[in-house]
Amino acid sequence: MMSGIIAEIPEFFSYYNVIFLGKAFLYTTAMSFVGCTVGFAAGFGLAVMRHERIFRSFVLRWLAIIYTEIFRRIPFLVKLMCVFFAFQLLGADVSMFTVAVTTVALSAAAFASENVRAGLESVHHNQWDAAEAMNLGGLTALRRVVLPQAWRVIIPPSMTYSVGLVKSTSIASQIGVLELTYAAKVMTNKGFSAFLCYGTILVLYFVLCFSLNRFAAWLEERLDPTRHRAA
Amino acid sequence: MTQLVIERLSASYGPAPVLVDVDLEVRRGEIVSLIGPSGSGKSTLLRVLVGLLVPAAGSVTVAGRPIDYRSRRELKAVRDRIAIVFQQYNLFQNMTALRNVTIAPTVVKRRPTAAVTSEAEALLAKVGLADKIKSYPDQLSGGQQQRVAIARALALKPEVLLLDEVTSALDPELVGEVLDTIRLLAGEGMTMLIVSHEMGFVREVADRVVFMADGRIVEVGPPEQIFDEPKAQRTREFVSRILRH
Repeated sequence: MMSGIIAEIPEFFSYYNVIFLGKAFLYTTAMSFVGCTVGFAAGFGLAVMRHERIFRSFVLRWLAIIYTEIFRRIPFLVKLMCVFFAFQLLGADVSMFTVAVTTVALSAAAFASENVRAGLESVHHNQWDAAEAMNLGGLTALRRVVLPQAWRVIIPPSMTYSVGLVKSTSIASQIGVLELTYAAKVMTNKGFSAFLCYGTILVLYFVLCFSLNRFAAWLEERLDPTRHRAA
Repeated sequence: MTQLVIERLSASYGPAPVLVDVDLEVRRGEIVSLIGPSGSGKSTLLRVLVGLLVPAAGSVTVAGRPIDYRSRRELKAVRDRIAIVFQQYNLFQNMTALRNVTIAPTVVKRRPTAAVTSEAEALLAKVGLADKIKSYPDQLSGGQQQRVAIARALALKPEVLLLDEVTSALDPELVGEVLDTIRLLAGEGMTMLIVSHEMGFVREVADRVVFMADGRIVEVGPPEQIFDEPKAQRTREFVSRILRH
């Protein structure tokens, strides 16, 4: 069995197949990166919208809360289907890739919103009081006082979640998006050993997620307000 | 000349009234001390004056101008005149002592950094922290942090300084250094409202003492009156209880 797999390797990594796998890897990466970036930005906006020291609008607050609470509780596959049919209902002719990216962004927004909220709450309210008493506006206080102290609470769970999302993108293969899992399926159907196909994407998923973790560690270090201190 | 006039001021946290019909006038350069049991509304009064709690009723007049605390613009204007120092110092944890002092003048008032920095250094030297300007709050003792907080408030060039139990969170041996700083300001004629439990200090620096209980002002008078011959029964009880130990 093992010798059979080894014999397949040269053919498996043929020029065409490597391009195909590379493309799938790029799509998985792009789907994760664009989805997480857009989603994180939106989630950040939601968390700011619902913070009573920044905006005092009851409507904004409840819109943000309702969105966050609903989207955190729906399975990825269900969201994917809903987005797919929502685009169809709207009569929008979009690619499956767009459907998948949108789903990743919607999910990331809900989770990022919750992580950012937790981070903002972790900063003592007396920091807001002092800022307000000194006429620093809500957004200025957020940017200069509260966020620098909140990143250390926001980043670790957000990155854990992003890794989770990278893994969830494999579900997009269900609607026929070319990404790593879909590529493995295609290769298996072509007759290559499943062990080789899934083993290869396993390595690629690992590379992607591991890089993300390294990025998170770097970001955490960079945003640490104490990093310039003399020992 | 009158600096601050408070008339029939009321405020509440939700349904619970915390200030009821408070009347008080403060002259320029006067030091008024607020004393009373906890929950009597002393700190709340300071929070209302600096616009951290919107009053339910009544009026506040600063330097002859009535303040509408619901107007953002007037709120900003009043905070240019009145600065507050908090019990827990509330220094920005992500900034050095120097940056804590310079942030509002540079970011809010948009004054040039060089001028603000040299002023801030002078203020920190004045409170005895010339050698700590690059330290972060968590590298300073409570007394040092509170002195940075005082310097930060002074950097706003306020007409009135509100001190909210500024020594209550400090270890006993650190209280003296903060009180010395306040004495220094008193000597310079700064108008101050001081909420304090340091009765010896209050007696020494205050021109007038206000005794509050249950959100109301019970008695106002010079320190000798409040501590030695209080007129109201409630004041007598409070004073005898705190002076006994």
